[in-house]
Amino acid sequence: MNASHDYQRVYVWQQPVRWFHWINALAIITLGVTGWLITHPPALMNSGEAWTSFWFGKVRFVHFASGYVLLANFLVRIYWSFAGNKYASWRNFLPLTKAQVREVWQVLKVDIMQSSDKAVHALGHNAVAYFTYAATGLLTVFQVVTGFALMAPTSQSWIPRLFTWVTPLFGSEGSVRTFHYAGMWLFVIFTFIHVYLVFYHDYVEGHGVMSSIIGGWKFMEKHKIAAQEATGISGLPTKSRKAGSRPKA
Amino acid sequence: MSLELETLPKEQTIYDQVIARGVSRREFLGFCAWIGACIGVQGAGVDQVVKALETKKRIPVIWLHFQECTCCSESFLRSSHPIVADILLDKISLDYTETLMAASGHQAEQALQDTIAKYKGEYLLCIEGSVPLAEDGVYCCIGGKSAKGIAEECAEHAKAIIAWGNCACSGCVQAAKPNPTQATPIKKVIAGKPIINVQGCPPIAEVMAGVLVHLLAFDAIPELDNLGRPKAFYSRRVHDTCYRRPNFDAGLFVESFDDENARKGYCLYKVGCKGPTTYNSCGTIRWNGGVSFPIQSGHPCIGCSEENFWDKGPFYERLPDFPGFGVEATADTLGKVALGAAAVGVAAHAVMTNFRKRNEIGEQTGENAERAEKADTAVTDDHSI
Repeated sequence: MNASHDYQRVYVWQQPVRWFHWINALAIITLGVTGWLITHPPALMNSGEAWTSFWFGKVRFVHFASGYVLLANFLVRIYWSFAGNKYASWRNFLPLTKAQVREVWQVLKVDIMQSSDKAVHALGHNAVAYFTYAATGLLTVFQVVTGFALMAPTSQSWIPRLFTWVTPLFGSEGSVRTFHYAGMWLFVIFTFIHVYLVFYHDYVEGHGVMSSIIGGWKFMEKHKIAAQEATGISGLPTKSRKAGSRPKA
Repeated sequence: MSLELETLPKEQTIYDQVIARGVSRREFLGFCAWIGACIGVQGAGVDQVVKALETKKRIPVIWLHFQECTCCSESFLRSSHPIVADILLDKISLDYTETLMAASGHQAEQALQDTIAKYKGEYLLCIEGSVPLAEDGVYCCIGGKSAKGIAEECAEHAKAIIAWGNCACSGCVQAAKPNPTQATPIKKVIAGKPIINVQGCPPIAEVMAGVLVHLLAFDAIPELDNLGRPKAFYSRRVHDTCYRRPNFDAGLFVESFDDENARKGYCLYKVGCKGPTTYNSCGTIRWNGGVSFPIQSGHPCIGCSEENFWDKGPFYERLPDFPGFGVEATADTLGKVALGAAAVGVAAHAVMTNFRKRNEIGEQTGENAERAEKADTAVTDDHSI
């Protein structure tokens, strides 16, 4: 075989990252569907008495329960960004180093504007993807905060009650609801583009990005991995590692 | 009003005044128990209410009217209990109020000055209406002074301030976009004084009376929520106290106002009821002496005790217009447009990607063909030997 197609298998996504991804996906889908139903309840029942059914109450229950799952899962992921491997590290998520900024531009040139064919081959995510996930994390925080704020007045639990300060910032609970609902749309749009881009990268690069979130392995030509390690963009920057921060395997 | 007060013996307690008006002690006690229940005090607290009304003298009150429709006063006057109007309004309060006082012109303005001077730090300032700040406040002037000037002047020596109704609490209809007069709620005009926001358009009469009695009986600001509203009346959502709530949980909704579901009294959520985000006592105290409230009469709650409820319309739809967009657009409209744009982008991108991939595959097969050709030649050569 040609030397340029000499592939190596790299274990990129550790189990907690994969679990996080799928639990998160499930929670977001559940929250989105139930959230949609709460805002637009369908006319499932057009006759009957109230005591015979509790379906809308159940939809709300599932929504609230999934909210807790989303939060717990998110907290685990934050922990793992300190405890996990270099691809899971919190350092990747904001493009703060020069190398990361350069990679952001390159990815935009290749993937979005398609004006360059020097594709970025990242073992973890590329710098744009990491940043997008940081933004999604922020959106998660926003949804959790507004969601619990909406739940606080009718909840006995201390967790929602931590967020009673939110409603005054919005003026009224109606406004909090509107923005919480708009957040759902951002997730819908994110999911749409996210799924497309996974297809795109798998289709174009052939690094097994699609299966990597199931098995954790990615496949990449050895010379591309060597180039990656040299620039050290994916994962911890080589320089900062030398500068005395925690070395990572 | 101030004239009448002079004819009364000074230092009269509220109880003395009520008895002098021909109210029996039995009726008086009944009132105390009733209003005590309204403000949510326990049995022992009723005792305190009785004692307070028996021993305390009237609270001097200045009641100002700015940008408003007087529906708060109207609501108060229509309180179901005669003693409310009688003692709270007629006797203990209102040293100055534009709507009800006998005096007018310079006499009235003099009464205001006299009250401030005489009861420094003791009087209660009630404000009905918002304060226009645009053009130096020309949109609401009384006796040659702007509303802002009057409010500040009266607030300086007030013991506490009650902001009556949505106008005073958050600007109501005149603060709706584009708010040409820059109508501003009291909490944003006056700082450094305790302000009780008694929300609603108008507030329920019993709620207004309850707040006054609380101030009188306990000589303290009632416990307020984080938007400055008394918790006794505004800590629960209309939704949570609504008798139609079981229909909500069962998913039984009115689809339009003339359908069978409306007749059956199902939940009004889908026709725009703002009960789930509105904090008020309509579901418990109700209106006109507990006769009814909007939802009971088949109309969705419009959320009149919440900030900017005029801009959170339409009243008869579930999803409000999304803030910040001139044209009417709900979160759904915006979401669909954004998703559509994303889909178009993705489709175009996918087409481009396929061209690129074809080139790449083409290059590869080109290489392969070349190599295959070489191999072929080699084989041919072998054969030729």
